[in-house]
Amino acid sequence: MDFGLNEEQQMLQDTVARLVRGEYSFEKRLAYSETEAGFSVDFWKQLSELGLTSVPFSEELGGFGGGGVEVQSVMTELGRGLCLEPYLQSVVFGGGLISQAGNDSQKDVWLSGIASGELRAAVALQEPQSFYDLNDVQTHAEKKDGGFVLNGRKAVVIGGHCADLIVVSARTSGGTRDTNGISLFVLKPDTAGIERRVYPTIDGSKGCDITLNNVHVGADALLGEEGSASEVIDYQAGRAIAALCAEAVGVMEVANELTLDYLKQRKQFGVPIGKFQVLQHRMVDMMSELEQARSMAILAASVADEEQSDERRRALSAAKNVIGRSGQFISEQGIQSHGGIGMTWEYNFAHYAKRLIMINHQLGDDDFHLERYAFLLQAS
Amino acid sequence: MNINYTPEELAFRDDVRAFLDQALPADISAKVKGFRHLTKEDHQRWQQILCKQGWYATHWPEEYGGVKWTPVQKHIWDEESCQYGVPRSVPFGVNMVAPVIIKFGNEKQKQTYLPRILSGEDWWCQGYSEPGAGSDLASLKARAVREGDHYIVNGQKTWTTLGQHANMIFCLVRTNTEVKAQEGISFLLIDMNTPGITVRPIITLDGEHEVNEVFFQDVKVPVENRVGEEDKGWTYAKFLLTYERTGLAGIGLSKAALSHLKQLASRCIKNGRPLIEDTSFSQRIARVEIDLTAATISNLRIIAAVEGGGMPGAESSMLKVKGTEIRQAINDLARRAIGPYAIPFAEEELNLDYEGEFLSDENAAPLSAQYFNNRKLSIFGGSNEIQKNIVSKMILGL
Repeated sequence: MDFGLNEEQQMLQDTVARLVRGEYSFEKRLAYSETEAGFSVDFWKQLSELGLTSVPFSEELGGFGGGGVEVQSVMTELGRGLCLEPYLQSVVFGGGLISQAGNDSQKDVWLSGIASGELRAAVALQEPQSFYDLNDVQTHAEKKDGGFVLNGRKAVVIGGHCADLIVVSARTSGGTRDTNGISLFVLKPDTAGIERRVYPTIDGSKGCDITLNNVHVGADALLGEEGSASEVIDYQAGRAIAALCAEAVGVMEVANELTLDYLKQRKQFGVPIGKFQVLQHRMVDMMSELEQARSMAILAASVADEEQSDERRRALSAAKNVIGRSGQFISEQGIQSHGGIGMTWEYNFAHYAKRLIMINHQLGDDDFHLERYAFLLQAS
Repeated sequence: MNINYTPEELAFRDDVRAFLDQALPADISAKVKGFRHLTKEDHQRWQQILCKQGWYATHWPEEYGGVKWTPVQKHIWDEESCQYGVPRSVPFGVNMVAPVIIKFGNEKQKQTYLPRILSGEDWWCQGYSEPGAGSDLASLKARAVREGDHYIVNGQKTWTTLGQHANMIFCLVRTNTEVKAQEGISFLLIDMNTPGITVRPIITLDGEHEVNEVFFQDVKVPVENRVGEEDKGWTYAKFLLTYERTGLAGIGLSKAALSHLKQLASRCIKNGRPLIEDTSFSQRIARVEIDLTAATISNLRIIAAVEGGGMPGAESSMLKVKGTEIRQAINDLARRAIGPYAIPFAEEELNLDYEGEFLSDENAAPLSAQYFNNRKLSIFGGSNEIQKNIVSKMILGL
């Protein structure tokens, strides 16, 4: 058994780490967050020039041929830098959906652009009523003139404000929350009838809600087989969950490093506050939570490429549940250990804390995955 | 034993309700209930209404313009005003510096400052914490050196809540470095318009400007602005802290937040049903409601003890810890209730005049920010760790 990275994986992780260290100081990150894109277009370019946007794609598509572990290496380092670039949305999730469900011509046009970093994708699967259930789809697509007409509303599309492609789920048959009848479409955001309400997110990124009002698309916008997208979504959401877990571990690592430094340096009552046992024990708890999270991120990365099964689903839900809980623990206890300083915008800890809480709101929080895990237990 | 209100107390509650029904401006109440931010004018407008009713200075003796409420009456006021969405009074003038001036100040100070607090002419802020002196307040370094009939003050204060609105600050300053840390501190009242004072905003993690740093460079403060004796300020500061701690548990606020959460959970949808019908979520709500019930009774036990002539001691420290944990748990649930909509920060929806469509629930926009902002509850007013130290010393003798 070997939990270490191989030489190639280590090199990959070191490359991203160096890039993030060099380009992503906290001050720069705050500035990137305030731009219209909400991230650094220049940093995105550097990622793509180093081939990092092609990591999960097969070599025949011009990719690196990486799997869950390679994505984990990249995402952990992006997490450490609190990077705002839509790597998860575009490369992992959007690219994943197209590579699994797309036909040759779709892969040729879209995937090569995503792999090279020239195109950025976003993923619009949630709806106002769907909570975290990606089968809860009310948006519908009707056949017309050899193509489709889409109507509905998609919720909280991170990165959707400046994406070149948006992968949207819509119902071509079946009732709300049915597994069957969901289809995927790739939309260009400037298509007539698409309206975006753009907003900043509380963790420094940007997103939008998308209204689809009689959006006409050709048959070539349909991604994969009509009505059977649920499986593709379920599988690729699992890969995205694994990637999010890896990002969370990177965020937690830095959060804990910052807290530990603070305990050693901040003095009260004439001694560093790290001399107080209550704070020592809390720091130990935070480290233990991180170790648990790290273990689950490794599990998630290693099942990410396996064939779909209830076992894979359970592992991913377990991972996301642990990450959600440990992230909230480290966020809250880290703020508490810092005292007022941990509450301030100027100090980076608060931004790590916010990202950890918001990771819990992406692709299902710890309650959602606990229920899903329990449901899968009953089903098995 | 009888844990119910007396007929007189119930009658008082009716009076409170009748007053709030008639006097509380709807726009202010809507802001409070929707967790929107209040302007200085909102606070001042409400203060005028309260003063006219004679219910503003509830901690003051009647001779200075206060109202003689029993601890139970104060509790009833707190509960009702939270339910109605009354703005939380800014305590620094009326509830913090005023009791110190009344107890330790001289006649001239009483005549000068108390009426100005009642009229709203002065907005006070608190100069206690320093960058190096948070929980360890006695290690403060801001210096006041006496030169004739003035002190020259140099140093820095931090976490000065709403200091941007204030024209007066009460400060703990070191007047003697030769003695034990607690023994060389004095209590000064300082006009914020004195040359040499700079106020710099501290932006909190939710992007808000609520607290400040205040810098003092060669600030001339008349000796007559000192409360009590030189070097004895620690005694006055501790007296003030007992006032600060009452109410920090925020039981009334938790009750209001809980009913807000239940309404929210009835409107939010999960699996096609209202979230409140979801077993695991409703159990989470039930659990926090049960904890809040226990804290409410604990609070009443303290109030009854005070009414019977006792002093709240370590019990109020325990209640502060429990109360703040409960309020943070309610904030956590409210954020969870809106699912993925916890992520957007749709600032425009915080405006009461917003007429566009809401992203999700009409009250969703402030929920994540509020959750993050209220992490402060377990930090300020003596962090929960410090409260536990107090309990272990005072009750357990450890």
